[in-house]
Amino acid sequence: MSVVVNGEAREGIATVADAVAAVTEARRGIAAAVNGEVVPRSEWDRALADGDAVEVLTATQGG
Amino acid sequence: MDTVLSGRDTAFTIAGRTFGSRLILGTGGAASHKQLAEAITASGTELVTVALRRVDPGATGSVLDVIEQCGVGVLPNTAGCFTAEQAVRTARLAREAFGTPWVKLEVIGDEDTLLPDPVELLDAAETLVREGFTVLPYTSDDPVLARRLEDAGCAAVMPLAAPIGTGLGVRNPHNLALICDSAAVPVICDAGIGTASDAAQAMELGCSAVLLATAVTRAADPALMAAAMRDAVNAGRAARLAGRIPKRHLAKASTAFEGMADL
Repeated sequence: MSVVVNGEAREGIATVADAVAAVTEARRGIAAAVNGEVVPRSEWDRALADGDAVEVLTATQGG
Repeated sequence: MDTVLSGRDTAFTIAGRTFGSRLILGTGGAASHKQLAEAITASGTELVTVALRRVDPGATGSVLDVIEQCGVGVLPNTAGCFTAEQAVRTARLAREAFGTPWVKLEVIGDEDTLLPDPVELLDAAETLVREGFTVLPYTSDDPVLARRLEDAGCAAVMPLAAPIGTGLGVRNPHNLALICDSAAVPVICDAGIGTASDAAQAMELGCSAVLLATAVTRAADPALMAAAMRDAVNAGRAARLAGRIPKRHLAKASTAFEGMADL
């Protein structure tokens, strides 16, 4: 199964939590979306499907 | 705040939250976290904006650490969004990431001017208000659009002085004044401020606050400019409350002629 995390195809990612862990150790100020829809932290154990696009976002300097 | 001013001014409140400073600082453009922290402190602001982007695995430290150190509130924005759908999704993610329903709503309609897309902006504002967000929309200086955003339930309206990052100052003071005169929610002048006199002018026109980033973060000495903006916002507010004199075509002597010697 392959999912896309922050634009990069990855193998071995089963849940949203796995996807987050793949790109950052931080937990504060992090949000995740699957196919454009926000996934609350309480649901990060949700299983991903093949081809899902996960975005893992945080604060950056801006406007 | 200046004691004379604070004794005569009412509190600056957005959606029931009171702020001691009428300056909101954007964090975009700061060369380093250290420089940003110095600017935040010098500005006296109590609220700073951040954007939401993909995590950078190589990043050292977070802008959130700076904000926490400075003891100021965070206002997430939807910078970079070109559609209502994108902006709404970004706002939902920001609420999840930062635990705040407050959002500076930006929906851009043009890549060169970065001017807001009024149709998408209003659409996004209506959706987010319905979802319980405290919406602060970055808008063009159109009094009708400002009224529509207020009617939609926005907690403030944030008309631009000039396009983002231009530093051109208040391009249409008449429109800005019209918005200030009719709005029942706070009017925050957002974008286009170049230097202290621009911020003072926005406040003199009746704005409740000023939001700026580039003017400070890209100044040669950001902390010094931040202090200048702090003073300018206070000066402009004081001048507004003090009531400026009417403009006249011809001179009016400030010294009485009565008692003039016959020389």
